[in-house]
Amino acid sequence: MRWLLVKDLQILRRSKMLVGLLIAYPIAIALLIGLALSSAPTKPRVAFVDEIPPGQSTIALGSTKLDLSSYTRKLFTAVTEVPLASRQQALGEVRSGAVLAALIIPPDFLIKLSGAGFDVSPTVEVVYNGDALKQSFVRSTVTAALAQANAGLAEQLDQVAGGYIETIADGGTITALGLQFKLLGIKDTLSAVDRVLADRPSPATRRTLAPVQSFMSIGATNFIRFKDVLSAVERPVGETDTVLSGRRAPLDTFAVAVAVTVSLMFVCVLLASGLIALEREENTFARLTRGLIAPGRLLAAKVALAAACAAPVAFVMLAGVSVFVPLDWARVGEWIAALVGGALAFAALGVAIGSLAREVRAASLLAFLLSLPLAFLALVPSGSVAPGIYHAIRAISAIFPFAPALEAVNAAINDTSPSLGVALAHLAGLVVLFGAAARLGLRRLR
Amino acid sequence: MTGGGGGAPGAAVLVVRGITKRFGTRTAVGGVDFDVGRGELLAIIGPNGAGKTTLLSILAGVQEADGGTIEQAADGGGRVGWVPQRTAVYSKLTVAENLRLFARLEQVADPHMTVTRMLEQTDLAARANDELGQLSGGNRQRVNIAVGLLADPAVLLLDEPSAALDPRQRQRLWAFITTLTDRGTAVIFATHDIAEAERHADRVLVLADGELLFDGTPNALKTSAAAVGDGDLEEAFVAFLKAGGH
Repeated sequence: MRWLLVKDLQILRRSKMLVGLLIAYPIAIALLIGLALSSAPTKPRVAFVDEIPPGQSTIALGSTKLDLSSYTRKLFTAVTEVPLASRQQALGEVRSGAVLAALIIPPDFLIKLSGAGFDVSPTVEVVYNGDALKQSFVRSTVTAALAQANAGLAEQLDQVAGGYIETIADGGTITALGLQFKLLGIKDTLSAVDRVLADRPSPATRRTLAPVQSFMSIGATNFIRFKDVLSAVERPVGETDTVLSGRRAPLDTFAVAVAVTVSLMFVCVLLASGLIALEREENTFARLTRGLIAPGRLLAAKVALAAACAAPVAFVMLAGVSVFVPLDWARVGEWIAALVGGALAFAALGVAIGSLAREVRAASLLAFLLSLPLAFLALVPSGSVAPGIYHAIRAISAIFPFAPALEAVNAAINDTSPSLGVALAHLAGLVVLFGAAARLGLRRLR
Repeated sequence: MTGGGGGAPGAAVLVVRGITKRFGTRTAVGGVDFDVGRGELLAIIGPNGAGKTTLLSILAGVQEADGGTIEQAADGGGRVGWVPQRTAVYSKLTVAENLRLFARLEQVADPHMTVTRMLEQTDLAARANDELGQLSGGNRQRVNIAVGLLADPAVLLLDEPSAALDPRQRQRLWAFITTLTDRGTAVIFATHDIAEAERHADRVLVLADGELLFDGTPNALKTSAAAVGDGDLEEAFVAFLKAGGH
C-alpha cells in the first residue's frame, strides 16, 4: 500500500495544474471569505427628494413640535442618501441606475401628518429599479427603514396623546388652533359633583347628578390607564430570543464552516474519484488486483491519500480565514478531528463515484454533479419548504457526508450542537457505507 | 534471466483442465483443456467473441472460472505473468518508476536489480527516465510486457500483443518474445492475426464460441482443413470454422 501511495504522490506531483489548484483554491477562498466577512456591508444609494416647502418642516401637535428631519434621519440610517431637488430628477437617476431607489416626500406630508390618525395618513413615495436581486435588497432595506421611522413617529404621537390624556384626567391647559384652553379635568369635576351632592341637593338634582358622580368616579380611577393602552398600540409585540439547539453560531463563523466544508468536499471528492478512475483509465486496475493488492486495500489507499491532501488544505483555509474572522484556536484539536472525519467520509464518497466511472474526466464530472446539489440540499433551512419535503431533504442529506461534515466543522469551530462526537460517529458510518458501495462498484467492473 | 524457473525443455509448466466460464446463460469458455510446455509459444486464435480474452483473464487470475483447474508446475518459477491488450502502466510515471513500482508490488527480491535487468532486456535503458506518455506505442507495449515479466514467470500471457503496432514495431516485439521463449519462458498469446500465429507460434489453439476446436501445430491445422480448402493458414482457419458450424 505504501508504494501505491508513493506512486499516487508522484503522479500528483507531475500534475502541476491540479497541485496548483489544490494550493491556490483554499488561499483564494480564504481570502474571499475573509474580505467578505470583514468588510462592512455597502449601503444602497437612495435618492431623496423633500418636496415640503422651505421653512415648513416643523409641525405643532398640541404643545409638542415635530421636526421632519428627525423622521428622515431615521430613514437614512440604513441607506446612503443622495439629495435631489425634484421628483423628475430622482426618476432619471433611478432609471440610469445611479441610485437603486428614490424616496420622495410629497408637499402635503406634514399637513396630513398634523391630522395623523384622524383622517388621511401621510404617505411617502418609493421608486425602485435594478435587477430582481438588487431590487429585493433595496426594497427590504427601505421597508425596514420606513418601519423604524414610523415607530419613532408613533412614539412621538404617543407622547402628544399621553399629554392630552393627563390634561383631561388631571386638568390643565391645552393648545388647539393657536388658542389656549383651560380644562377642569375629571378629578376636579368629580370633586365639584361630590361637593354639590354633599350639600343636600333636591331629590331631582341628586337623581341627575348620581350617575354623573358614578361615571366621574370610574373615569378618575381608570382614564389615566389609556396611556398604557396607547403605549401598547405603539409597540404591540415585543420579542425575547431563545436558542434551542445549543450555543448559537455567529453568522460569520457559520459562513466559515460552510465555506471550509464545501472546499473540503470538492478537493476530497474530486481527488478520490479521480485517483480511483485513473486506475481504470490507465488499465492498471486489473493488473493491480490480480494478486498484487486487494481491492479493499486499494480503496483504503485512495481514501487515505485524498483525505491526507484535503484535510490540510481545509486546515490552511481555516487558518487563513482566522486572520479576518476571530476563531478560537484553543479548539484546534476539534478542528483537526472534524476535518479528518469529514475528509475521510468525502473521500469514501469519492471512491464510490470513481468506481462507477471508466475515466478521470467522467469521474470528476459525476463527482461535481452529485456533490453540488447535495451541498445545497443540506443548507435548505427548516420552514423554507413544506414539512414533508424538508423531512425528505434531511433524510437524503443524512446519507451523504456534507450535512454531518458541516455539523462536525460547525461544532468544532463554534461549539454548537449536535456535538462533534455525534457528527464524527455519523461520518464514520458513512465511510463504511460508501467504502462498501465502492467495493461493489469495483467488483461489478472487474 | 532464467526463463521461468527450471524444468526440462518442453515439460508442461501449465496444465489447464475443463476451464468453464459463463456470463448469465451464455457460455464464454466451455470446458477447455490444454498444456503448455517450457519455452513453448502457443497462439490462441478465434473469431471475435470466441472467448480468447476471457480464457487469458482466467489464466491470469483476473477473472474466476466457474469450473475447471489450472495447475502450474511446482518448479515453474514465479506466478503467471500477464500482459493485457491495452497498456496497463502509468503514463505520468517514467519507465523506471513504472517497473520499480510493479517490482515492489510483486515483492521481487531485489527491485533495483530487477528493474535494471528488465531495462536492458527490453532495450529501454536509454528511455528509463522518460515518462510513459512520451513514448511511442511500440515502446509502451515493451514496458507493458516488461511489467508482466518482472516476477520472472514461467508462463507469460499476452493478449493481442501487436494489435496497435506498426510492422517495424511488430518485428521488434516478436524478436523480443522469441528471446523469452529461447530462455525457457512459455508464452501464450491471443491474436486475430492468423498470419502472425502461423509465423511465430509453435502451436495453435482454435477457439470458437468458447469451445476449443483445435489444438496442434499450424501445419496440422492446415492439414485438418485441407478437405474443405487449401491455401494459407487463414483460409484453412476460416474453412475449419465453417466446417465446425461456427
